[in-house]
Amino acid sequence: MHSSSIALWYASRATGVVCLVLTTTVVLLGVLVSKQRRLPGLPRFGVVHLHRYLSLLAVGFVTVHILTAIVDSYVSISLAAAIIPFVSAYKPLWLGLGAVSIDLMAALIVTSLVRARIGRNGWRVVHWVAYAAWPIAVLHSIGTGPDLRRGPLLWLTLGSVLAVLAAIGWRAFGAKPRAQLVPELVAAHAPAASRQPVSHQRRTKTYQGIEAARR
Amino acid sequence: MATKPAIHLKVNPIACSGHGVCAELLPELISLDEWGYPLVSDKPVPAGLARQAKRTVTDCPALALLITRKEHDERA
Amino acid sequence: MTTFTPAVDLPRRKLRLLPPPGQPAIDLAEHLARYGPLPYRGGRGLLIDDVRAAGLTGRGGAAFPVHRKLTAVLRAADGRRPVVVANGAEGEPASAKDKSLLLLAPHLVLDGIQLAAEAVGADEAVLYVGTDERGSTWLTSLISQRRAAGVDLAAVRLIMAPPRFIAGQESALANRISGKPALPSFAPPRVYQRGVDGRPTLVQNVETLAHLSLIGRYGPSWFRAVGTADEPGTAICTLRQADGRVDLTEAPLGSPLASLLDLRGGPGCTAVLVGGYHGAWLPAATAAELTLSNADLKPHGASVGAGVLAALPQDRCGLRETARVARYLALESAGQCGPCRNGLPRIAGALAELADLSHPADAPWRRPDPEIIADLRRWAGLVERRGACAHPDGTVRFVASALRVFGAEVGSHLRGRCTKPNLWPFLPVAAGPTQEQDWW
Repeated sequence: MHSSSIALWYASRATGVVCLVLTTTVVLLGVLVSKQRRLPGLPRFGVVHLHRYLSLLAVGFVTVHILTAIVDSYVSISLAAAIIPFVSAYKPLWLGLGAVSIDLMAALIVTSLVRARIGRNGWRVVHWVAYAAWPIAVLHSIGTGPDLRRGPLLWLTLGSVLAVLAAIGWRAFGAKPRAQLVPELVAAHAPAASRQPVSHQRRTKTYQGIEAARR
Repeated sequence: MATKPAIHLKVNPIACSGHGVCAELLPELISLDEWGYPLVSDKPVPAGLARQAKRTVTDCPALALLITRKEHDERA
Repeated sequence: MTTFTPAVDLPRRKLRLLPPPGQPAIDLAEHLARYGPLPYRGGRGLLIDDVRAAGLTGRGGAAFPVHRKLTAVLRAADGRRPVVVANGAEGEPASAKDKSLLLLAPHLVLDGIQLAAEAVGADEAVLYVGTDERGSTWLTSLISQRRAAGVDLAAVRLIMAPPRFIAGQESALANRISGKPALPSFAPPRVYQRGVDGRPTLVQNVETLAHLSLIGRYGPSWFRAVGTADEPGTAICTLRQADGRVDLTEAPLGSPLASLLDLRGGPGCTAVLVGGYHGAWLPAATAAELTLSNADLKPHGASVGAGVLAALPQDRCGLRETARVARYLALESAGQCGPCRNGLPRIAGALAELADLSHPADAPWRRPDPEIIADLRRWAGLVERRGACAHPDGTVRFVASALRVFGAEVGSHLRGRCTKPNLWPFLPVAAGPTQEQDWW
């Protein structure tokens, strides 16, 4: 009984690590979708579907992660502690963060399953929560046990964090608002004789200034 | 057996950012213009494609593809 | 107002909205003395029958029947508080009628707002204006004066529109009044269902509301006394004559265009632009035979629109003018929809190349690629009906009419010559502010 309980405890830790890898990949794929990029070899819908199916796989793994943690008697974690933040007897803070991230994840998954019904704005607002759910899950992983603080798993964790930070940076400092692209496009398609590099001065010239220059 | 009213596909051009996923999933009804934006057929969606059309609507990353019962233009 | 001899003698008629030339706006006391008190009907919807009988259509460009809009907002307002918006944004640079009406006969517009508000059950209204600071401040003082005098039942606030072409588009306007940038939204829902702050919104041009205020006083038969049976009433027109004069006149619908524009005298005129920058060009000879009515103009691809009529002088090149305006229209795209954002700059660039817009008079001509016409047609087809608003459609209509009417010039330009000597610009392109996000 004791050894099978330990086995369950190990299973919980292992599935937790798999979850971390899966959710990191899902976040990276999500950024890829938003930047309209492709994965080599896959059609465009491939990135969208991969993002969706890996997130559903992550749900599966996180379910096993939670159930094994509850069922094993090595450590006392109730179902309530797993989904209600900070009510656990064992490591209330770190486990609580896990509960928070699982709640956010549930919101993400449920809204995404019915996204066509709830409309663009509702879905988008909830989906932004992903950028909170992931770091909270990482903090939970680091704080709950020593697994990620040593050896190869430490490198895995650091790599994941760096990858997600890079992806967020890429997303945040990327595209310009569409209304500001318009003057550049007009200038870019103007005939060669009048084509000038689109400098800040040109972009902020008044219409009258541009017309006067043309006369 | 009552027939269901015909459905049409419509694009919200403000939401659409030219991902192009729709044209891959429903090439029978959607193609892309030379700038990557969807050209959606005005005709009603054939019954056999209705399920695929609904899946395409769900899969649009920008949720810019819509199913509508009306055919006419609502723009001001 | 006009100094030329009209080709057709217009019967003497009383100006309905505009004061006689040279007279400033009258104050509130004189306005009430002349027109009587505001004819409130005492309940919702009671004015709508008179409006339907009068056959009043919108004067903002679309000529939509006003009674249908009033009814739609009234129905949509079931349980929710509607809002009335008087649209005086007038983003069209060639048009001056709305700004002028607001400065010459503001109380007629403000009366119309009150009657429309009562008809749809609104107790709030917005006057959305394209006037400058001084004009807006003065209008605000008139609003306060009327409120204090107990003339106005609905509360009116003034909001200045950004100086953009599409600032008067109904969803852009509703967004601006709701505190967001003046950019169009995707419809459905239309603003009569969900507009300002999500409420049912009645949007009417200021001139339409001025007509409404007089229908409320004098009745539908009076309104129908001028104009045609299908298009009754008068319309204020901005007339850009070939000699450079800009006139403002109020004419009955159905008036011959030749009585409004000087098509024969002066520097001579080859083509007429009807309906502004989303309107259409007509050859001068054709225009001389037509009247200011949609019945006459629609078969020729044009419409009355917001009453802008511009006579292109004989020595100007219509392609150059069209290319300049097309570039302005491309810059005025909201940039929200891919087809418009991509298509309009390309169309403008191709027209500029065709018209050789940057051509100094003494430099050798650069012949455009003959494929350019095919490209223009393809892009025009790709842009129509694929935006959230009618900006790309109006632009295409304007450009397509130019390619039709100036076909001979197109031929010359493709061979590397322009037959028109005067390179000086004719049509106005707004001296806008810098292209900053705030200005939306």
